[in-house]
Amino acid sequence: MSAMKPVNQKAWFLILPVLLCVAFSAILPLMTVVNYSVQDIISPERRVFVGTEWFKSVMRDDELLEALMRQITFSLSVLIVEIPLGISLALSMPAAGWRSSAVLVVVAISLLIPWNVVGTIWQIYGRTDIGLMGWTLARLGINYNYTGSASDAWLTVLVMDVWHWTPLVALLCFAGLRAIPDAYYQAARIDGASKFAVFRYIQLPKLRGVLMIAVLLRFMDSFMIYTEPFVLTGGGPGNATTFLSQYLTQKAVGQFDLGPAAAFSLIYFLIILLLCFILYNWMQRVGTQDTSEAGHE
Amino acid sequence: MARIDLDLAHSYKPNPSADEDYALLPLKTTFRDGGAYALLGPSGCGKTTMLNIISGLVQPSHGTVKFDGADMTKKTPQQRNIAQVFQFPVIYDTMTVAQNLAFPLRNRGVAADKIKQRVGKIAEMLEMSNQLDQRAAGLAADAKQKISLGRGLVREDVSAVLFDEPLTVIDPHLKWQLRRKLKQIHHELKLTLIYVTHDQVEALTFAEEVVVMTRGRAVQIGGADQLFERPAHTFVGHFIGSPGMNFLPATVRGGSVEVGGHRLGGTDAIGRLPASGEFKLGVRPEYVAITASGTPGALPVEVTQSQDIGTYWLITAKHGDSLVRARLSAELKAPQVGDHVWLSVLGSHTCFYDNEELVA
Repeated sequence: MSAMKPVNQKAWFLILPVLLCVAFSAILPLMTVVNYSVQDIISPERRVFVGTEWFKSVMRDDELLEALMRQITFSLSVLIVEIPLGISLALSMPAAGWRSSAVLVVVAISLLIPWNVVGTIWQIYGRTDIGLMGWTLARLGINYNYTGSASDAWLTVLVMDVWHWTPLVALLCFAGLRAIPDAYYQAARIDGASKFAVFRYIQLPKLRGVLMIAVLLRFMDSFMIYTEPFVLTGGGPGNATTFLSQYLTQKAVGQFDLGPAAAFSLIYFLIILLLCFILYNWMQRVGTQDTSEAGHE
Repeated sequence: MARIDLDLAHSYKPNPSADEDYALLPLKTTFRDGGAYALLGPSGCGKTTMLNIISGLVQPSHGTVKFDGADMTKKTPQQRNIAQVFQFPVIYDTMTVAQNLAFPLRNRGVAADKIKQRVGKIAEMLEMSNQLDQRAAGLAADAKQKISLGRGLVREDVSAVLFDEPLTVIDPHLKWQLRRKLKQIHHELKLTLIYVTHDQVEALTFAEEVVVMTRGRAVQIGGADQLFERPAHTFVGHFIGSPGMNFLPATVRGGSVEVGGHRLGGTDAIGRLPASGEFKLGVRPEYVAITASGTPGALPVEVTQSQDIGTYWLITAKHGDSLVRARLSAELKAPQVGDHVWLSVLGSHTCFYDNEELVA
């Protein structure tokens, strides 16, 4: 027996601090939500177990489904605009020297501004009486009014998000581009590759890693967007810019519908998890699939 | 295919003044059409700079690059029609092996059937025919480097193929194979090949002519024989050979060569030696032998080290402050440390250097 490795289960105690931290920061709050989602809380003293009733009812809630569709449209628009824009921004940034540093600082500025301030900035920026953009558009004869027109409001929120977060994509891509060894560009010149071929066969494949991070971050963030549209439009006009998290907040805090709100929180969480999973796997496979198709040429 | 004439200097700094500011000191040299050349020298000697100037990745700050007499100094690599292989494998991740090999041809709009034929031929040469449809990104480093080599060789009409230490990442046993392959390709295709390396064995086995470089200077251009027998510069003597040439400070007095106060005797070259002042006597360890005491041209020494290298004995001995190394046949009984022997240093293979340059 002495030859056997001593088994010491005490090592498990070493993960106890992490377990406690995670329990208090994530598991317990989530369990509270789970708890709410299966009960009807009538008053602090009276509660009734309702099973999956809330889940069923929120899934039939038309307003909520509308918000979900708005949200998906918004997140996709954000990705479609910000990713290509971020890549082209990164490609056109100077690579070295003081110019590079200066451009980096300028590009990063919008990332340093707190969310609610971003909302306020754009709220003023878009006003037709004193805001630079609103006033200019009005002067150009464009009937722009983000508080009145649903499409104007929606576009303003989108442009605001692009302004706020494209720099993040650009910075990630910039870092990715700098990590490509010079030899690749030299080899491409020797091989007579066009600028587009360099982008298509060297830069884009080498950016895959950072692009994956950029897409996931931008997707998750935009899917949970709350503060900026809340400050800018308050979700209006009507419900035009009421995205999921705002709808959820209205339900939970405004109407005290804790049960449905909790049920939907869980669904919301699962949607993000599922979509991220799909996106991640799809992007992982893009490169490989590319060649298996090309191999049949 | 083209003859390449270089008459240039290069500095990465804007206003070079001292010699140290230059990555390449003024040099004038010609690479024959269809020749196999090696640029040999230690790291940082300017060989990669020279290669990049030939390919057009770098423009020389002074002078010209000519291909077959036409000025190419300001032309791009594409216009020069140069192929270059780099030290570390460069492959296009998303492509298959075949697509990688076809890339330089496809960019130049070569017809599809012609591409297929060339790719097939090169793949066969590199023994990669069965990997053509594999994704290049998943291959091992040496296979990737073979792809890089293949992309360098796939175009038939190139002016020259340049190699920048292409076998650094390759396993030793594969190195031999690939080097042989390159020589064979040179024979078959009659391309002008220029090969950068810091490995003298690689340079001497691959090239017909070797350009030995140090500190931005091309100190000697010649075949293996010349570099070994008549190093034009003490650096070449040191760098080529294992161990390098022995250099002994010497003087001429009364028609006789003296090393450390010992008279070695006269030599045919005595007329070309500086009559007064110091110069260096150079002799390869291979040509140093033990002789009877008092033999003309021999030096009395004390053995300080005696190593068995397997096929030969490496003896280190000293005469005053000067060290002499000798390669002695393994069949001889080697002298022991502390022994006093006579070593022949002055003979027909002895060279003389004044100010590091060969004078006789």
